[in-house]
Amino acid sequence: MSTLTLLMAVLAAVAMLGGAAVAVASKSTPVAILAAGLVSLMASVLFVLLAAPDVAMTEAAIGSGLTTFLFFFVLGRVKEEQDDD
Amino acid sequence: MTNRLLTVAFLAGLAVIFIQLLSGYAPDTDLNLTASYYANQTAPDLGAQNIVTGIIVTYRGLDTLGEVTVLFLTAAIVALVLVHGRALEAERGPKPFPAGELLQTGSRLLAPMILLLGIYVFVNGHLTPGGGFQGGAIVASAVLLLLLTDPMRRFSHRLISRIESTAGLLFVAIGLLGLLFAGGFLDARFLPQGWFGALFSAGAIPLIYSLIGLKVGAEFSSMLLSLSETEDEK
Repeated sequence: MSTLTLLMAVLAAVAMLGGAAVAVASKSTPVAILAAGLVSLMASVLFVLLAAPDVAMTEAAIGSGLTTFLFFFVLGRVKEEQDDD
Repeated sequence: MTNRLLTVAFLAGLAVIFIQLLSGYAPDTDLNLTASYYANQTAPDLGAQNIVTGIIVTYRGLDTLGEVTVLFLTAAIVALVLVHGRALEAERGPKPFPAGELLQTGSRLLAPMILLLGIYVFVNGHLTPGGGFQGGAIVASAVLLLLLTDPMRRFSHRLISRIESTAGLLFVAIGLLGLLFAGGFLDARFLPQGWFGALFSAGAIPLIYSLIGLKVGAEFSSMLLSLSETEDEK
């Protein structure tokens, strides 16, 4: 691994840890969902750097795409429910 | 307080295990027997440029069939659980807040392109990274964008389930053709290998992966649609 890729990998790993910490600690649910999506996105960058583009595509499409949407969708539903009451 | 102490102790234990694993880790200098067989023989055996696809579709074809089945079961169960809450068109509540101009215009431009990218990814699965599962997820994300723009939009469930079941049946049929005309179940070599690196090459691999892509895309889409159409009982 060259210095540049190592630097990028360390950056991605730090961003993942930061995103995970924000997702756990955040008081606001949308921010927590976005932070969890960021963890997946940075994981897919890490997979590209580790020469696994196939895994990276799956992670980006499902981990940070569909899952994030699913959380937001359910969040919207829960809010609707609360507004009705 | 004891809970927190237990958590910290648990994390510390995990850290000790991982540090020991990491300190004793030495990367392999060469591939082991199975890995080196796959690395050297995939291209001459199957004619697939993307070794990962060659392994997933042919050497481990049965596993892939199992994975697709698991996904199918998941989609079926989601639909089964949510179908009771599906509201009739007339009984639906007030219309949701309409999507903004930006999202509407953007999705009209982006949705066909995302769809095309998904199809490109699974058709070229044997040449470039990606394949059926990734392409299927990308296709489903185009459906997702359309749903985000207009939550009241309805897609034909009949069409989606037709696509899903036809792709599944054809996948198994191709597997049986492999049993008849080549080395075994899901052996892709009953079609000519063709020019290495061309779109129509590597036997039946592009065919199988396109079917898997259609199946996965249809399954994810049907899950998203069931979720979107469900109304809570009032």
